Amino acid sequence: MDQGHQEEEKSFWEKLLSIDRRIIFLFITVAVAVPLFFRLSLHIAVTPVAEGVYQAVQSLPAGSKVLVSFDYDPGSMPELQPMAEAFFRQAFRNDLKVIIMGLWPQGPLQANMALEEVFKDKDIAAKNLKYGVDYVNLGYTAGNEVVIDRMGHSFEESYPKDAYGTPIGEIPLMRGVRNYDNIDLIFNLSAGYPGTQEWVQYGVDVFHVKLAAGNTAVQAPSMYPYVQTGQLSGVLGGMKGGAEYETLLGIPGRAVRYMFSQAVSHAVICLFIIIGNLAYFSLRRRRKSQMEVQG
Amino acid sequence: MSSELIGVWIGAFLTLGIFSFLYKDNPFYKFSEALFVGVSAGYWFVVTFWQYFLPKLIDNLVLAYTVLTSQGRVDYHWVYLLGGGLGVLMLLRLFPTVGWLSRWSLAFIVGTTAGLQFTRYLESNGIKQVQGTILPLIVGGSLNTTVGNIVIVVGTFCGLIYFFFSKEHKGAFGGAARVGVWFLMITFGALFGYTVMSRMSLLIGRMDYLFQIWLGLY
Repeated sequence: MDQGHQEEEKSFWEKLLSIDRRIIFLFITVAVAVPLFFRLSLHIAVTPVAEGVYQAVQSLPAGSKVLVSFDYDPGSMPELQPMAEAFFRQAFRNDLKVIIMGLWPQGPLQANMALEEVFKDKDIAAKNLKYGVDYVNLGYTAGNEVVIDRMGHSFEESYPKDAYGTPIGEIPLMRGVRNYDNIDLIFNLSAGYPGTQEWVQYGVDVFHVKLAAGNTAVQAPSMYPYVQTGQLSGVLGGMKGGAEYETLLGIPGRAVRYMFSQAVSHAVICLFIIIGNLAYFSLRRRRKSQMEVQG
Repeated sequence: MSSELIGVWIGAFLTLGIFSFLYKDNPFYKFSEALFVGVSAGYWFVVTFWQYFLPKLIDNLVLAYTVLTSQGRVDYHWVYLLGGGLGVLMLLRLFPTVGWLSRWSLAFIVGTTAGLQFTRYLESNGIKQVQGTILPLIVGGSLNTTVGNIVIVVGTFCGLIYFFFSKEHKGAFGGAARVGVWFLMITFGALFGYTVMSRMSLLIGRMDYLFQIWLGLY
């Protein structure tokens, strides 16, 4: 290889390694944005952990009471909101009674947004679901994991009133609900603390409640061990988990639609990782051979 | 123009403001960031007042006082004075001469949290996880379970060996530690992959907001 060619190749790899980060941002932007305009649905492989969530809900007889804890805020909407909507669809389709609560202040508001979306579904609208009879929103209460612990003894101590100020004793759905003994399943949507880990520690391992969860992708790997030990019935991990859940329900929604963007952006990131490594190892090899020549 | 539409435009404006930092720092970004910080602080102040201070302290003390004046007995709700007192001590940090008193509140928080968490972590994240690794290495009729169990047992064992520093990592011991390192690297890789997915999800959410809700392009 002549010196000129070597210089040219060297500058090429060096250029790659010192590429302006804004060029990478541009590639990622295009990779995310362009697929959004295509209504392509990728094949979504369903994992056993996601199926665990679906089966936990599906196995409940009509009229069962499900507690849903919304422990996230708008920052995690793209990942968790599709899960919330899919969960409500499955619960209402199966005529389950849904009790909503939140350990994060904005959680119950996220629940209302999800309900609004789900009620647009003709099949669910036809059920003429009534607040206080088929579902109730208890709102937010402060106290983090202490709330979980306290609810194991008495719901009313933590939530004397619902989100709209009605005493829970006056809400038909809440009659006969004293503590977790009267709840058939808890579904937790979590983006951090307090969240699924606290539900496992203070709900599952103390009061032996049945728990399924939907988590942000950052959090999900920490939750998988709980599935393996049986502390969790299943986990939906990030947007992919939401897409799996929608696939299981047979109603492809936002999560499935977003997966095309997700896949393309991941491919671009992988490409950059490969190029970066090639450049790094190529330069390292060159420097090593130069040192051998000099030394 | 409806209030919803105004909200959408403000959302789009602020999203673009934050994204503009990707090009370089600028006043548009600074404004969006400062607004976010200010709104968050204001929001949490309101939440703290209405969800903590009023219902947990004031309401309970009012109840205790009512019981005292109407029935002439000391109700257990007076115990909330203790919490209120510790809160006041915490605020004394603002006064250098008596600021040391805030350590009492901190000591209470640290002590109760440590006590509460210790047993829960030990059971949920310790004992239960150890139990979860005591698995049969060969499960008849299920190759997947057999392989899975072997991976869990070998991965946990070798991972723990890597963190055992009282013996030099040489020979078979060193080999097991190296296998442990491989398991750790694969774990970190998976965590990184999940983190990338999470961040991409947030970007997708904002892009969808801009293109669909704001611009109505699809």
